[in-house]
Amino acid sequence: MNNLTELANKLLGDGTATKVIGYEEAHGKTRPCFCTEAADTGRLVLDERCTNNIAVYLTKPEIVGGHKVAVTATLPVLRTMVQLAMENQLPDGTTAIVSTESGEGLAVLPTVGDMERVVAGTPLDISGKERELRERLKAMSREERWQFWLGEMSRCIKCYACRAACPLCYCTRCIVDNNCPQWIQPWASPLASMEWQISRVMHMAGRCVACGACKQACPMGIPIHLLTLSLAEDIQNEFGVAPGSVMDHGNVLSTFKPGDKEDFIR
Amino acid sequence: MSNDNNSAFEPRIIAFVCNWCTYAGADLTGTSRIKYATNVRIVRFPCTGRIDFLLLLKAFASGADGIIVSGCHPNDCHYTSGNFHARRRWMVFRSLLDTLGIDTRRIRYSWVSAAEGAKWADLVNDTVATIRELGPYNEYKKVADYLGKEAGDE
Repeated sequence: MNNLTELANKLLGDGTATKVIGYEEAHGKTRPCFCTEAADTGRLVLDERCTNNIAVYLTKPEIVGGHKVAVTATLPVLRTMVQLAMENQLPDGTTAIVSTESGEGLAVLPTVGDMERVVAGTPLDISGKERELRERLKAMSREERWQFWLGEMSRCIKCYACRAACPLCYCTRCIVDNNCPQWIQPWASPLASMEWQISRVMHMAGRCVACGACKQACPMGIPIHLLTLSLAEDIQNEFGVAPGSVMDHGNVLSTFKPGDKEDFIR
Repeated sequence: MSNDNNSAFEPRIIAFVCNWCTYAGADLTGTSRIKYATNVRIVRFPCTGRIDFLLLLKAFASGADGIIVSGCHPNDCHYTSGNFHARRRWMVFRSLLDTLGIDTRRIRYSWVSAAEGAKWADLVNDTVATIRELGPYNEYKKVADYLGKEAGDE
């Protein structure tokens, strides 16, 4: 019996949690797994293969309804939980199980304050590959960028996997599900797909924790995370809010400062 | 009202303005008998905070060559803070459009108060001149017509 299983059993046993959301091994990869009794917890794993953002389940009433939940959280999951808490979307009494910094042991974070401390101590590190892609995009002329994104968007099949995978896309009624008015055409034309991505990204502005779940979920391999990443970068430059950082006074677009500086309104 | 005749390109400008300042300012331009370009169509909103970013995209998709977005100066908002929120939204939106390769030179942001009738005339004239130089926004229109063309071919 490994440490994770022991810990999960302890939380289930002492009533800290009635359901553990974690990862299990499947086909050499990992997939989400939900444990409500000690018999299930033997399957739990938590390692570098756990790339899905399972915080997405925390806003689903059919999964957390009536349960006290513990989540085995990787760092992106933990960041998401802090953001959800800030938006009053984290179910009461949710606990996080994390690997300690050394990677050896496990720690239980029972409160949002504990989660915030861990997240605040670990700034987001954007990988070299993403940085390279963004630099390439920046080096293009405006016309080239337009052609690049039209090409990418023309591959979109409007499956909305990006929306389903994103833990912070939790509106019960999405703008694209609303047909009165029909803001965005439902079919997959390049412009309709682009308008959908613009809406998605604008709604994520200042909230995105850069976990990359949207890109990972896209069946067409469209690098849509570049949009949220470049937006996060712009927000950092304009407002000094780093992506995935802990906000205590509201999201960037729902707050303002009278002294906000821009150079294009004349 | 079609721009098909390219030899005489007349820019189509859509202006999204707030009811309390810029709309009243544009009204003052008229009552002051100041002459200005007729290329602009004004859409009146309760507040700049109400101007959804999708409306700007819809204007381009519907054939606008340029867009003006204008409202009360900071600290003058009828609803106290609508323009502050709008300003943040535009800052973020503008950089996103640039990332996507949409021509941000075609969207002109301004603050025009109810007393600035002359500024409104200058703003419109200036925007029309800029867009006239840039030409019609065919790049975007072509993509907006994507399905229309395809359906027509069938």
